[in-house]
Amino acid sequence: MSSEKLLEIKNLTVHFESFDATVHAVENLNLSLRHGETLGLVGETGAGKTTTVKSVMRILPEPPAKIVSGEILFDGQDLLKLPIKEMRKIRGKQISMIFQDPMTSLNPVMTVAEQIAEVIRLHEKCSKKEAHKKACDMLELVGIRPERGSDYPHQFSGGMKQRVVIAMALACNPRFLIADEPTTALDVTIQAQVLELMKKLKAQYQTAMVMITHDLGIVAEICDYVAIMYAGEIVEYGTREHIFNHTGHPYTKGLFACIPDIFTEQNELVPINGLTPDPTDLPVGCRFHPRCPYATEQCAKEHPANFEIEPGHYVACHLARSGGNDNV
Amino acid sequence: MSAIAKQSKAAGKKRSKSQETWRRFKKNTRAVVGLGIVAVLVLCAVLAPILAPYGPNEQNPRNRLQGPSAEHWFGTDELGRDILSRIIYGARISMSVGLIAICISLIGGVALGAIAGYYGGTADNIIMRCMDVLLSIPTILLNISIVAALGSGLQNVMIAIGVSSIPGYCRIVRASILSLRDQDFVEASRAAGASDFFLITRHILPNCMAPLIVQATLRIGAAILSCASMSFLGLGIVPPTAEWGSMLSTGRDFLRDAPHVCIFPGLAIMAAVFSMNLVGDGLRDALDPKLKD
Amino acid sequence: MSETLLEVKHLKKYFNTKAGLLHAVDDVSFSIAKGETLGLVGESGCGKSTIGRAILRLHEPTSGEVLLDGTDVTKLNKQELRELRRKMQIVFQDPYSSLDGRKSVFESIGEPLIIQKICKTKEEYEKRVHTLMETVGLAERLVNAYPHELDGGRRQRVGIARALALNPSFLVLDEPVSALDVSIQAQVLNLMQKLQKDMGLTYLFISHNLSVVKHISDRIAVMYLGRMVELSDCKALFANPMHPYTKALLSAVPIPRLDVRKERILLEGDVPSPVNPAPGCRFAGRCASCMEICRKEQPELREVEPGHFAACHLIEQ
Repeated sequence: MSSEKLLEIKNLTVHFESFDATVHAVENLNLSLRHGETLGLVGETGAGKTTTVKSVMRILPEPPAKIVSGEILFDGQDLLKLPIKEMRKIRGKQISMIFQDPMTSLNPVMTVAEQIAEVIRLHEKCSKKEAHKKACDMLELVGIRPERGSDYPHQFSGGMKQRVVIAMALACNPRFLIADEPTTALDVTIQAQVLELMKKLKAQYQTAMVMITHDLGIVAEICDYVAIMYAGEIVEYGTREHIFNHTGHPYTKGLFACIPDIFTEQNELVPINGLTPDPTDLPVGCRFHPRCPYATEQCAKEHPANFEIEPGHYVACHLARSGGNDNV
Repeated sequence: MSAIAKQSKAAGKKRSKSQETWRRFKKNTRAVVGLGIVAVLVLCAVLAPILAPYGPNEQNPRNRLQGPSAEHWFGTDELGRDILSRIIYGARISMSVGLIAICISLIGGVALGAIAGYYGGTADNIIMRCMDVLLSIPTILLNISIVAALGSGLQNVMIAIGVSSIPGYCRIVRASILSLRDQDFVEASRAAGASDFFLITRHILPNCMAPLIVQATLRIGAAILSCASMSFLGLGIVPPTAEWGSMLSTGRDFLRDAPHVCIFPGLAIMAAVFSMNLVGDGLRDALDPKLKD
Repeated sequence: MSETLLEVKHLKKYFNTKAGLLHAVDDVSFSIAKGETLGLVGESGCGKSTIGRAILRLHEPTSGEVLLDGTDVTKLNKQELRELRRKMQIVFQDPYSSLDGRKSVFESIGEPLIIQKICKTKEEYEKRVHTLMETVGLAERLVNAYPHELDGGRRQRVGIARALALNPSFLVLDEPVSALDVSIQAQVLNLMQKLQKDMGLTYLFISHNLSVVKHISDRIAVMYLGRMVELSDCKALFANPMHPYTKALLSAVPIPRLDVRKERILLEGDVPSPVNPAPGCRFAGRCASCMEICRKEQPELREVEPGHFAACHLIEQ
């Protein structure tokens, strides 16, 4: 594994502007990823996970979205400064994306092999026949019989469709893959199949991946690094072991506490009180403080900076800085 | 969630639906302007004898086809009648033709569409095939046959126009109901013991209002013109009764020399359609809580 | 065991489709005691939601009996059914489509009261709605709010309040937390447990999320393709799953812990179509230990251990 950074996001701020309000979707976000690594981006609805990765792909609808500031370095090249024509060459070829809903991410009037071949022909000079051959190989790779390539999406089940989507995303052998909740729409047993497949392919091709999910179980299974997002910010970042074994941020702790555990008996869940804040009107200070059971006066006033509680494990919390967090 | 904050102002109190709708309607300037124009037109219709400077059928052969002047603001027609007065009197017939015909088709279309969409199966088949038959006959022919069957006269013309535009509404309502019928909120209401009538009137119809209102307001103009063409064929209004559509069609012969004979009735129809449309759009938005504030 | 509130006997629900007869629910029997929660798990298309709806007669069952307090729901006429609906209600999965966007919170919650003509005066009606809002933890200021102004958790609370309006004794909860974020999900789950304790409610909790079902249920029934394959006490099911499908299902759940590694049983292929299913065990095509008999004969649900039922030929040997 090379230690060189493949993707580096620096101070990314994205706003959605409507005529009467500004939604602070992503605020001052820093993130980096090396070759072959998998990062889990975890957070609840509206935390800004999808906005972050869509800005990497530059597929945010602008307007209303607006990338206010920041750099997104991919292989040292700032994607935000690239002309759109150059960007198109990168999309699908270097960076590709798997969407949440396999039902809507395939074109219903084209056969699946045609759709995969189309992606290949966009980026590689080859004849239709070669592209089709390669598309069938890709299908085989994800565990679909190649002769099913001439079938239409509606002839596939949800899990199979998601395999097709994965095949399409990997068709040009990208170095970086973004998976936006790839298994949320699938049943548990099918989800297990797809996760196994993704693990296998990841190991085989050394593709770096950002996996968006709200399921900490999936994170435990597939990710090397984890970033926890809350209200447009990364509140905790570290390796999988850091996050699961030395949870630092009260929000992350809250997330773990409100998932029913399949192994132990518990009478009551400990929910995180309150609601995610209105992104047009974020609280001053730490954004989590109105819901945080440990909040102090300082939390309401001062926005916490990232604090490295152990090498490579960053927590944006005043309590972590004072070291008192482990006891609470 | 900022909307919730605004809600807190009205803490705990329950406003009535009509008050709420009116409050939102008032905020929409265009809708209020539309309502103003409609009010003026209705006023013209009601107070015609007071407002009109001349009688609608007062002929003055010496003043034929005069352009607008101080005496005749809108000029005179081929028989020297004052066009302004005729438009004011015409509002009575044209507005009522438009509104009544639309009401007939709305009631018929909504009822049939609701039955077809909600119950489906045989009822749906029978109703929709009848609608297809109606749609396949050219409107004017259909109107003539209905009037021929019922006998000529304003009332029957209105019925004919109303009936011939039923299929449009029927299709709109049926399509909306098909998509709403299986929504969870309808099921929830059914689980609470609601009857079919309750479900249709309380949940389903209010949710398909938007396309209906648009269709209805747009069709008012078409209804006025249909009435004119029926009159032209001698099946509707008997001359010399003032009516916008027939003023327009008789004025056509003088279009080259005296365009005002057509322009003013045309403007009147336009004003009616335009204002109804504004009111309709405003009403649609005011009824939709998603667009509140 | 305490008194039985709901008993479902040989419930079948078939749908006519163009492709053939869709066996959504095929001969399912179970019972729920007063104050108990039965969890119904299974993957999409296994018929779990259809069971919930058939019990309430939102779908007319093809055959079978549903006894609520001894009354057969399937045989009631319109008027009697209307009366009975006071006793059983449903909470839906999608808090977005389950509320009418044109009705305020007040109207949505109060609607069942109007339909059933419960309240005599306007004051009584308003008071009842306010009490319901308080019960489910909705702030009073939201009374005039419309669904689009509320987040998923609050909408679901409105849905629950509406279901409670008629003071039912039995609730079908059809994936009530699946559409919610985890932190909100925990709030709603806690609310439902509290309501059950306070009001003595009986739940049929339908979900595909095993950890949620485990958390809230006393007993769990596992469905596969219209058939019930296993029914057991919650603890016993997780400690000792018997049916191969249950085993695979349990092993497929991603666990948010690093210290627990387990052998995963990966199932081959997809859930087959419930249209004109082949004879024999429905799971035979994906089962690792499929035998000859499995393809011929449908296994019946049998009591293997006291209170632990499973439908598999392997166990019967």
